[in-house]
Amino acid sequence: MKIRVERDTLADAVAWAARILPQKTQLPVLAGLRLDATSGGALRLSGFDYEVSAEAELDVTVAEAGAVLVPGRLLADITRSLPDQPVDLSTEGTRAQLVCGTARFTLPTLPLDEYPSLPSMPEVAGTIGSDAFAAAVGSVAVAAGRDDTLPVLTGVRVEIVGEEVTLAATDRYRLAVRTLRWKPSDPSLEATALIPARTLAEAAKSLTSGAEVTLALAATGAGEGLLGLAGGTRRTTTRLLDGEFPKYRSLLPDTFNATAGIEAAALTDAVRRVSLVASRTSPVRLSFSEGGVVLEAGGLDEAEAAEALPASFEGDPLTIAFNPTYLLDGLGAIDSDEARLSFTGPTKPAVLTGKAGDETGDYRYLLMPVRLSG
Amino acid sequence: MSRRQLERRPDDAQSRRRGDDTGCSILHVDMDAFYASVELRERPELVGRPVIVGGLGGRSVVLSATYEARGFGVHSAMPMARARRLCPQATVIPPTPGVYAEASRGVMEIFRSITPLVEPLSLDEAFLDVAGARRRLGTPAQIGDLIRARVADEQRLPCSVGVASTKFLAKLASGRAKPDGLLVVPRDGIVEFLHPLPIGALWGVGERAEEALSRLGLRTIGDIADTPEATLARALGPAVGASLSALAWGRDDRAVVPHEPDRSIGAEETFARDVEDPVVVRRELLRLAERTAARLRQAGHVGRTVSIKVRFADFTTITRSKTMAEPTDVARVVYDTAKNLYDALRLDRARIRLVGVRVEGLADAVRTPRQLAMDGGGEEWRAAERAADQAVARFGAGAVRPAALVDREQRDRDRSAASRDDDTTVW
Repeated sequence: MKIRVERDTLADAVAWAARILPQKTQLPVLAGLRLDATSGGALRLSGFDYEVSAEAELDVTVAEAGAVLVPGRLLADITRSLPDQPVDLSTEGTRAQLVCGTARFTLPTLPLDEYPSLPSMPEVAGTIGSDAFAAAVGSVAVAAGRDDTLPVLTGVRVEIVGEEVTLAATDRYRLAVRTLRWKPSDPSLEATALIPARTLAEAAKSLTSGAEVTLALAATGAGEGLLGLAGGTRRTTTRLLDGEFPKYRSLLPDTFNATAGIEAAALTDAVRRVSLVASRTSPVRLSFSEGGVVLEAGGLDEAEAAEALPASFEGDPLTIAFNPTYLLDGLGAIDSDEARLSFTGPTKPAVLTGKAGDETGDYRYLLMPVRLSG
Repeated sequence: MSRRQLERRPDDAQSRRRGDDTGCSILHVDMDAFYASVELRERPELVGRPVIVGGLGGRSVVLSATYEARGFGVHSAMPMARARRLCPQATVIPPTPGVYAEASRGVMEIFRSITPLVEPLSLDEAFLDVAGARRRLGTPAQIGDLIRARVADEQRLPCSVGVASTKFLAKLASGRAKPDGLLVVPRDGIVEFLHPLPIGALWGVGERAEEALSRLGLRTIGDIADTPEATLARALGPAVGASLSALAWGRDDRAVVPHEPDRSIGAEETFARDVEDPVVVRRELLRLAERTAARLRQAGHVGRTVSIKVRFADFTTITRSKTMAEPTDVARVVYDTAKNLYDALRLDRARIRLVGVRVEGLADAVRTPRQLAMDGGGEEWRAAERAADQAVARFGAGAVRPAALVDREQRDRDRSAASRDDDTTVW
């Protein structure tokens, strides 16, 4: 193999594909990034760890077609630090050589014949605006669990009904739900999938270079389900999670006893400030009454903090306490000037949304309160 | 200490207990031949025989010796070579790392379930102030009996208890109660108890002081009591003189100062025979989780971190822990976490000798806010377990327990202590 490629093009693609490579692995070949140069002038980069695969294609000048497997993270480190000059990549026996300007690197190669073949992209299910998708996935994934002993809760549930995609995630303490429109290849399509939340959020964020993202879902036998995402010249697959996602719709209350509207940025800042005095697990208390809200944290033997903010409030005065981190996650996700909080009672789930009519107006972040001592 | 003696303990305690324990709220609990007793739990065939715990190297000393060995003049801190000359027929057991601290922790936990005022002096002795526990648990002597029974049942170890109005007297009394006994020094019997004792029994009287006092012709504590404080002060310095004079009359106003307990509560079990079967291990984890959570609730604590300990047949020991999103006192949650930790070890037919479950990072249950969860977050388990606590308080240990354990205990009759057949309420 012998190719020449622009430094930035190569560095971007390598960084993107190497991102999924495992830090430590039982199988050394999985630490490799596969490079395939075709005589047609394309270079394909592939990485795979049996859970997630990533492939990127870029235009290069191919002097000699061929394939090689090189240590992926090392290649990413090297390409990131190269000077802005064309890069020449070639193979010689069991070594690969990279020359850029006055810099020259020789890399050991990994045995290509031991490298697993990547899963093929499932059949295309439809397309969606890449920025909107990334934003929606990001706002829902904040509510996903991080505890691997409850794998179902580490996923984002994707439910497709015709032209609507509903994303949902919960860690039992909060639940985020968002519905958005997309263009299914078959308008009568109905499907569900449970996708590892972190992987999905990272993939969605990294595929915003093209205007649209293609979603592809493979039929779901146990452990065989696969989601494919493609945008521009990049595509990634991830294995689906098995298991039954909680039936969350009944948990979302539809009537409330009280509703508050607060400037989102001011509330975010105030929660951050007062929770400085709270230990990691102690809550921030919000007392709502007509015209305002008072935030308090700490107390007893600790430091205390309080801050009052103007708020529109309808309903009976109410004091409710939340884990400040969970509240901040929700405030960061609503992406709206105004935070609307709806309550049924101090020990009942509260629902956080943005201003009605906002682009993300249907986003709902259900938040379980903290029961104060007693 | 021998099983025989353990078995006749109730009568023994009854006969040894004497006098009025009114106002005697200080207990000194001292484990009998602690290291040796701990070893004998694993070597029952040696009970009743002279046993010495200590290293075998040339410079080793005796860590502990059974009373049978003490009969030959062996005592702790004696060079091992000399001990073996005195008692060549003794079985010498090299110390087992870790187990003594573990046993000690278990014993101290029993103390702390009696009263928060526990002042450990070392691994194997502690002062307790039980003034606040009398309404709940009875007179100081009854509490002393309870402690001895619980230490015997739960840790399979003998101990002796001194009951008195001051720390100094309580400590002397426990020494006089040994082995495996309880002695009360009544308030109106202090002088007759104290004064015949040799001066060496007084706190603060070491070899040098004893020499100085002997030169004054003083032999017993009573002699000291009758000596003017000024004379004592001339011989030993003003501070020591004053303190000896007060002690000789039984005056000692030092309070029991509780040390901060390690902020964890746990339980562990050594299997009668090493176990390979994961089903048996999980069942034991369940039982230990039940016990741990019940103690958490009893103490009014919740904890965030669950840890398990697994000791293998070759004594290698591992611990694993997991910190949860929210603190708990629910056995169900403790068990699920412990089981996951155990399953994650992926043991393959490993022979297990001991398992333990512990909850760390404790906080006061009432003052700890509770993050509510959409699925109830164990709240309904908590309610069920609290109801079970009440049934246990009324009908005794084992009144309510998980079905898996009822089943098992009917099968394993040898665990007679906790086994009751008439009470099979099941969740």
